[in-house]
Amino acid sequence: MKVVVSSISGSLDSQVDPRFGRAAMFVLVDTETGETQSIDNSAGSNAAQGAGIQAAETVSQLGAECLITGHCGPKAFRALQAAGVKIYTGASGTIEEALAQFRSGNLQLSTAPDVGGHWA
Amino acid sequence: MIVAIASGKGGTGKTTVAVNLALSLPGDLQLLDCDVEAPNVHLFLRAELVGSEVAGIPVPVVDVDLCNQCGECSRLCQYNAIAVLGNGVMVFPELCHGCGGCALVCPEEAITEVMRPIGEVEELQAGSVRLVQGRLNVGEALVPPLIREVRARSRDEGVVLIDAPPGTSCSMIAAVRGSDFVILVTEPTPFGLNDLALAVETVRTLGIPFGVVVNRAGSGDDRVPEYCAAEGINVLLEIPDDRRIAEAYARGLTLVDAIPDIRPFFASLAARIETMAAIGPGTRAEEGHVRVCQ
Repeated sequence: MKVVVSSISGSLDSQVDPRFGRAAMFVLVDTETGETQSIDNSAGSNAAQGAGIQAAETVSQLGAECLITGHCGPKAFRALQAAGVKIYTGASGTIEEALAQFRSGNLQLSTAPDVGGHWA
Repeated sequence: MIVAIASGKGGTGKTTVAVNLALSLPGDLQLLDCDVEAPNVHLFLRAELVGSEVAGIPVPVVDVDLCNQCGECSRLCQYNAIAVLGNGVMVFPELCHGCGGCALVCPEEAITEVMRPIGEVEELQAGSVRLVQGRLNVGEALVPPLIREVRARSRDEGVVLIDAPPGTSCSMIAAVRGSDFVILVTEPTPFGLNDLALAVETVRTLGIPFGVVVNRAGSGDDRVPEYCAAEGINVLLEIPDDRRIAEAYARGLTLVDAIPDIRPFFASLAARIETMAAIGPGTRAEEGHVRVCQ
């Protein structure tokens, strides 16, 4: 299963970026093979508006089934739901720690956005 | 002749100057209230509503049967208002600036446009003043398209006064651009000076001749007149810091009605503007490119 984690930098020991749309980077992890790939999100973090939508499009294009992040706003939530991506919020610590929380079922599957939108 | 009344800082007296100038000029004229987030000229003119129209911007609608999720629309959109997600495409109309680019680049011709209302344009009449005002819907963020709708309804005749929104952003530029002269209203305070300097820079970049009206003159300090002298900017009028003016304003009265001896000052302001607009932008005015959003 392919999982995307919002991240401060590109490695597994980097911290989870609590922001989704304006995260610095995304780390794509294949939970079966352990392969990882880091994706720059400077286009999203510098977007005038709609950063969450653009980030959702990126996650969708990567073919990820799940997203692990800190928070998810209303537009990103709608976009990710349309793309069929499951959203897990409340992650913290390093990417590895967040993946451990996810595997042990300690991250809650989101059924609604947990923060308001940062209106541009 | 089109004269825009603008300011960097809000609450300096743009509407006061616009309304009283309008009432001091002879003959029919048009006044455009382009402060569409808070139009208030009508409060002072007690104008009769002549007609109103809903104004909007075109937003995309995608025919899912024709869309093949190629993503051209999403790559083009600078506002992230359209996104390809999974097997579909999603439109966020509230983010769309209505440029129509997505419909143009769609190779499948799957995108058509529908009008999304953003506000109303109202036409009113108060004596010899034809007032056109925009009224943006509450919660709406897109201001310039409605300002352009208001300006599109001005007739190419006589004097047109424009009450601009405060600041120096896209909405102020949408209101000021294309005018023959700009009156920058300020107050002699540190905030007034700071925002005046920004507005001066903006108007110089647009290459429009301008002058300054100092409101509440005598309050604050001397830095605004010092700045104007150093920059070679004409101070067209100083409106004194007078309790009678504040009282008239609070009652919704115009200054020329409440304090008749103020009328010649606004009449002389009109004459000075006419002369300065004829001369054109001063040597200090810099031609340049301004990035304007929708």
